[in-house]
Amino acid sequence: MNKQERLLTYSGNALLYGFLGVLFVVTFFPFWQIFILSVNDGTDSLRGGFLLWPRDISLDSYSAVFSNPEILDSVKVTLLRTMLGVPLSIFCIALLAYALSKKELVFGRAINLFFIFTMYFSGGLIPTYMIIKSLGLIDNFLVFIFPGIINIFWMILVRTFMEQLPRELEESAEIDGANDVRIFIKVILPICLPVLATVGLFSAIYHWNAWYDSYIYTYKPDLKTLQAVLVKILNQYQTGDMLNEAQANASKRIPVTSESIRMTVTMVATIPIILVYPFLQRFFLKGMLLGSVKN
Amino acid sequence: MKASAQPSQNKLTKKVVKQRYLYLMLVPGLIWAILFSYGPMLGLYMAFVDYQPSLGKFWSSFLGSKFVGFDWFSYFFAGNDFYLVMRNTLVSSILTILIGFIVPILIALSLNEVRNMAFKRVIQTVSYMPYFISWVIAANIFVTLLSADGVINELLKLLGLTKESVLFLQEGKYFWGIVASANTWKEMGYSSIIYLAAIASINPELYEAAKVDGATRARQMIHITLPMLKPTIVILLILAVGNILNTGFDQYYLLGNSLNREYSDVIDTYSFRYGIQNGMFSYASAVGLFKSVVAFILVLGVNSAARRMNNNSLF
Repeated sequence: MNKQERLLTYSGNALLYGFLGVLFVVTFFPFWQIFILSVNDGTDSLRGGFLLWPRDISLDSYSAVFSNPEILDSVKVTLLRTMLGVPLSIFCIALLAYALSKKELVFGRAINLFFIFTMYFSGGLIPTYMIIKSLGLIDNFLVFIFPGIINIFWMILVRTFMEQLPRELEESAEIDGANDVRIFIKVILPICLPVLATVGLFSAIYHWNAWYDSYIYTYKPDLKTLQAVLVKILNQYQTGDMLNEAQANASKRIPVTSESIRMTVTMVATIPIILVYPFLQRFFLKGMLLGSVKN
Repeated sequence: MKASAQPSQNKLTKKVVKQRYLYLMLVPGLIWAILFSYGPMLGLYMAFVDYQPSLGKFWSSFLGSKFVGFDWFSYFFAGNDFYLVMRNTLVSSILTILIGFIVPILIALSLNEVRNMAFKRVIQTVSYMPYFISWVIAANIFVTLLSADGVINELLKLLGLTKESVLFLQEGKYFWGIVASANTWKEMGYSSIIYLAAIASINPELYEAAKVDGATRARQMIHITLPMLKPTIVILLILAVGNILNTGFDQYYLLGNSLNREYSDVIDTYSFRYGIQNGMFSYASAVGLFKSVVAFILVLGVNSAARRMNNNSLF
């Protein structure tokens, strides 16, 4: 390598690692900032300044958040909908995917199209609201479960997986006299565990992150999910209630401000996603890759 | 003809009977699709009547509403709101495509050059993270960073670029840039996966041959990796253009406020405000239907364009 080439390699590497370094800061720092503001003393944060590290560590806003009945209830509702919604979703999606994966299904192509069409055309916000209302799902816990029980993208992921299974698996069971239901439960479900786990993670994240259904379709305070409560807190902040309150608090010098509460609730809503993240990387990214390569 | 049609029909019935359990498995999915997808589509009749929510029972007053044809549509197209929401929808979408489309390609190309696996994993892990959090969390993060005493303003002051805090979310002119950056931030790491997969499928012999010819890493990137990525890039760009009206609702609703509405109001938030908040269900349905139809035609057109380019349908 001559001198010029070496210089070129060095500057190329500098550019490369510089870009990836910026990428790291841009994605990581916002989360870090929220974390710092959630563990820093609320009144101290009002002084402003560049906070890279907590100046005055205080867990008061965490104890305030975890002793707030509204937030505790919302965590309960969110956990409940996740625990009920995920297994139901996996089961219904697997059923649908299995039936649609059968090449010999009479009218199979038409039925497939019937489902695919729903991905490309929707009635929109208002007619959906009307249907939810006329089904009696307003202010009903089931509104968290049924409308989102099936997702056609995930169904296609499972269907593709099932279509690639060797035919012989089912044939030997058929010879033993097993019907489609038995084959589905005894043969197909166990083999599909990896892809169903992927769908389960997708679904768990969907339920944990969902805010719109709780925000729009429920009025009762005991049906608000954590994300819906966080939207309420954000709205209060945006409309300026927080500003006045923050000024009032600054003079009183109390450790918790509505701003530090907002940061803490944001953290509480983020942490579960971070916790399932290792599993996500293992199953779901692999699954996504499979789907994307096929496309 | 008749003689042969009869047995084949019998055969069909037999086949359906034999597949009865499969049809039974379709039932939950069918009920879901009919109730929550096709139901709302039928409910779009709302857009062609003058529905008054105050009149008694929902179904009787809905079906008994006065038919007004395309009146709501012409009302929407004639008003100034149409221009505003279309402008906001298109400009913020195009801006998102401009920024959000290039960054994932750069990320994939850069990650592909990194030889240190641990470093690569850290960057990947961190950059995928924003994709998995909700827009509610993302909006809270952006509101915090962009606030008057937030990090961005502190940084601008430190660099001497501004003396007074910039009110990013209160002044509408910044909104399109903010939403395009937020979209990019949330999606860039995740979107790079598809390019990384495409790079991984490039035949390694091409690189071997280039090395023999003495091509540097930079030259390999420009002359092998990029041309091999071109089909993927073109397909994804076409798809992005097809989804230009599907801006998403969350980020506009959550980052928007009454001060920046002139710039933050897109078709979805507009329809939401008029329908759910102001009770003008028929008008809001018409606005939503306009979007659904145009978006559907765009996606279909784009699909056939992609099919022609790739001989491979996206359906």
